[in-house]
Amino acid sequence: MLRRAAAISVHLVGPFWGRKAGASLTRCLHQTLTMAKQLPARRLDGIDHNPWVEFIKLSNEYDVVNLGQGFPDFSPPDFAVKAFQQATSGDFMLNQYTMAFGYPPLTKLLASFFGKLLGQELDPFKNVLVTVGAYGALFTAFQALVDKGDEVIIIEPAFDCYEPMTLMAGGRPVFVSLKPNPAPKGQLDTSSDWQLDPTELASKFTSRTKALVLNTPNNPLGKVFSKAELELVAGLCQQHDTVCIADEVYQWLVYDGHQHVSIASLPGMWGRTLTIGSAGKSFSATGWKVGWVLGPDNIMKHLRTVHQNSVFHCPTQAQAAVAQCFEQEQQHFGQPSSYFLQFPQAMQLNRDHMIHSLQSVGLKPLTPQGSYFLIVDISDFKSTMPSLPGAVDEPYDRRFAKWMIKNKVGSSTGCILVKVSIFFSRPHQKDFDHYLRFCFVKDEATLQAMDERLQKWKAELQP
Amino acid sequence: MFLAQRRLCSLGSRAKSLKTICSSKILGFATSANMAFKFKNAKRIEGLDSNVWIEFTKLAADPSVVNLGQGLPDISPPTYVKEELSKAALTDHLNQYTRGFGHPSLVKALSCLYEKFYQKQIDPNKEILVTVGAYGSLFNAIQGLIDPGDEVIIMVPFYDCYEPMVRMARATPVFIPLRSKPTSGTKWSSSDWTFERQELESKFSSKTKAIILNTPHNPMGKVYTKEELQVIADLCIKHDTLCISDEVYEWLVYTGNKHLKIATFPGMWERTITIGSAGKTFSVTGWKLGWTIGPNHLIKHLQTVQQNTVYTCATPLQEALAQAFWIDIKRVDDPECYFNSLPKELEVKRDRMVHLLESVGLRPIVPDGGYFIIADVSSLDADLSDMKSDEPYDYKFVKWMTKNKKLSAIPVSAFCDTESKSQFEKFVRFCFIKKDSTLDAAAEIIRAWNSQKS
Repeated sequence: MLRRAAAISVHLVGPFWGRKAGASLTRCLHQTLTMAKQLPARRLDGIDHNPWVEFIKLSNEYDVVNLGQGFPDFSPPDFAVKAFQQATSGDFMLNQYTMAFGYPPLTKLLASFFGKLLGQELDPFKNVLVTVGAYGALFTAFQALVDKGDEVIIIEPAFDCYEPMTLMAGGRPVFVSLKPNPAPKGQLDTSSDWQLDPTELASKFTSRTKALVLNTPNNPLGKVFSKAELELVAGLCQQHDTVCIADEVYQWLVYDGHQHVSIASLPGMWGRTLTIGSAGKSFSATGWKVGWVLGPDNIMKHLRTVHQNSVFHCPTQAQAAVAQCFEQEQQHFGQPSSYFLQFPQAMQLNRDHMIHSLQSVGLKPLTPQGSYFLIVDISDFKSTMPSLPGAVDEPYDRRFAKWMIKNKVGSSTGCILVKVSIFFSRPHQKDFDHYLRFCFVKDEATLQAMDERLQKWKAELQP
Repeated sequence: MFLAQRRLCSLGSRAKSLKTICSSKILGFATSANMAFKFKNAKRIEGLDSNVWIEFTKLAADPSVVNLGQGLPDISPPTYVKEELSKAALTDHLNQYTRGFGHPSLVKALSCLYEKFYQKQIDPNKEILVTVGAYGSLFNAIQGLIDPGDEVIIMVPFYDCYEPMVRMARATPVFIPLRSKPTSGTKWSSSDWTFERQELESKFSSKTKAIILNTPHNPMGKVYTKEELQVIADLCIKHDTLCISDEVYEWLVYTGNKHLKIATFPGMWERTITIGSAGKTFSVTGWKLGWTIGPNHLIKHLQTVQQNTVYTCATPLQEALAQAFWIDIKRVDDPECYFNSLPKELEVKRDRMVHLLESVGLRPIVPDGGYFIIADVSSLDADLSDMKSDEPYDYKFVKWMTKNKKLSAIPVSAFCDTESKSQFEKFVRFCFIKKDSTLDAAAEIIRAWNSQKS
């Protein structure tokens, strides 16, 4: 919508003003004039809203127990902290640019470490790209491959950035839901009960399907896709010549003896899969913003082109720190001293603690097989808790989440959580407005603070 | 830079032709693992795969080569800057995510610093965005504000990423070369180079969305004057155009020159995006932190791009940068402030480079700002017969010089569009933000070269 009036007034005003910058009347008028030309660029249509902005605002407004956003509130392991200290106080040349596609010692380690896991000989230059977090890796992949009109299959519930990234690339997101099946009698609901309908999944592939995004372990459910489930997805990707974008940031966080399987390691899949990982999630240092993509050179070269025309380089010292972390982990991998073993062991205890606490107040958590998160079904309370804050027509999960934030007991503040509906496409949100997501990768003190509040609210939560 | 693509282009750079080639390749492969068709790149990156830095950084990586190529200091950042990063590395909570649009203490410091220069209050949350280097700011600005079919005016030579970034947004770059005023005998200065006013006016059309301004300029070192900026501002206002002002070298201005912000000119704040760089400000290019300052109605779109690309930048680096800023904000008028001491230090190095290049009979263009100097190298009359014949003269020269003289630089035609390459292909860019021993080594090579000639 062109505001012709504004354009005309800008044109008239311009020549009248002298060249003196700083005249206060000039400044005052300038504040109100805006460009008439199309802004923003159309690729931003529909993607300006971000659910985390409201969430972060709320978590800053209220001094709450933060069980929402996915980051640890404890320190990274000692060796990681040391690695970063060394990287930032060592060779002063680490303060300068490194190689564009990745700090060489890091790409070398990623190639050897993941090459073993994926059963591939990886070249540090051709098969590895270091990015600004796994988030940056995802963006780079979408921009490299998705054209206007291409379809991208997204398995819901999905990390919320896949849809806007698809849209920004001009693609069309095609959603297919994981659906809860009732658990076998007497057993607890687990994330493995949420499954894809194979026929429904197959029906989503068309001649325009460019890519499928697979997130395992899954955020927010914590589902760890089984080999059989991966084979189903792999078969369809091969049949329809589709690229698989595998978001595996939580790959080490698997519980109860479950195995994380990388789809790229299945027959026929290395040549069509981009495997994304995260140093932030691997080493509990989300603030370092170092991620990576592994894949075949004929696809990776396109990601390199996007990378060199968007950020070009990633920060050197953070990469040097991550390299050292991998060096450490490589030495201990598979042994009890490995962080990739110790960390999930510790988080399993956190998970179990949280599940127990939630159950003790009548809430229904879904036991996750992996990841940082679990979801809780709050539908039982729809009838018992009519007096929630917010408007009557506001989604239920939003009102329940607000209640948990604002519900103080004495001087203690509430808990902040994330609505699971934000991980669904708009049309499906209303069907999934009765779940909240909890993050259990938190300090013992945080979990105890949660326990305190849950116990105090027990009375209100009971019918 | 685009000569590599020319060879591809000779097959037809249109997607159709490449599709045909790819399809015919498929027929040759039996296995499903070699599907080339769908793995073709998205159209937005067609023809953007080659990059001058990738090519030349590899060449200069040989440790026996004296590297005056890439714009990377080999001097240490100031001690207090390194100390702040060490401190940040010891602070636990800095290991986790911070605010997406910029770490609170950093945007506050930037707001405080720049208020002095813009002479207005700058809202740290709404009028500032922290990005992955100034490179990231350029990307966010172009992705956020430029549509397919838009025209973007770029002055030649230009920092090489402007063209591919504009093309990646499916927009059309419109080029205008800087031209030298006639000079004879006297020193050739970057201020002798300017755009022709009428020629610039002719480049504006109804499709012009933005003009990219780089001052101080890379590679020439030109510091745009008040008069020049006023011409650009007048045209932006007349044609309702945005100005993306790349001011990464804003502190590196030499005696007799002043850096002016076009955003402070009347009518310009609301249509200007101004970009800065931690890497160039504090000699920490590896921190990859930059920022954009502008009115909220523009910044909010760059913020939308941010939340759909990287989301947030590294926390400890942002905190260290904030603390480094606070130190220098307190002494912004003192000679010890790095913003004042670095240009003094570099002016000496600049003068040394000028003298050195002149001593071999070259005519360098003395930069008024920045940390590069360009010189016409054709008078050296190097024997380039061994080099690839289809590359511009300066590409061949730099490769020959790196191989035979163990001195590297960057060809200036890498900073040119195809049409203007011939105007600048005799020029080579040298970086002088280097320690004395590096410049000594370069001096030795150049002296030896000179004595070989005579």
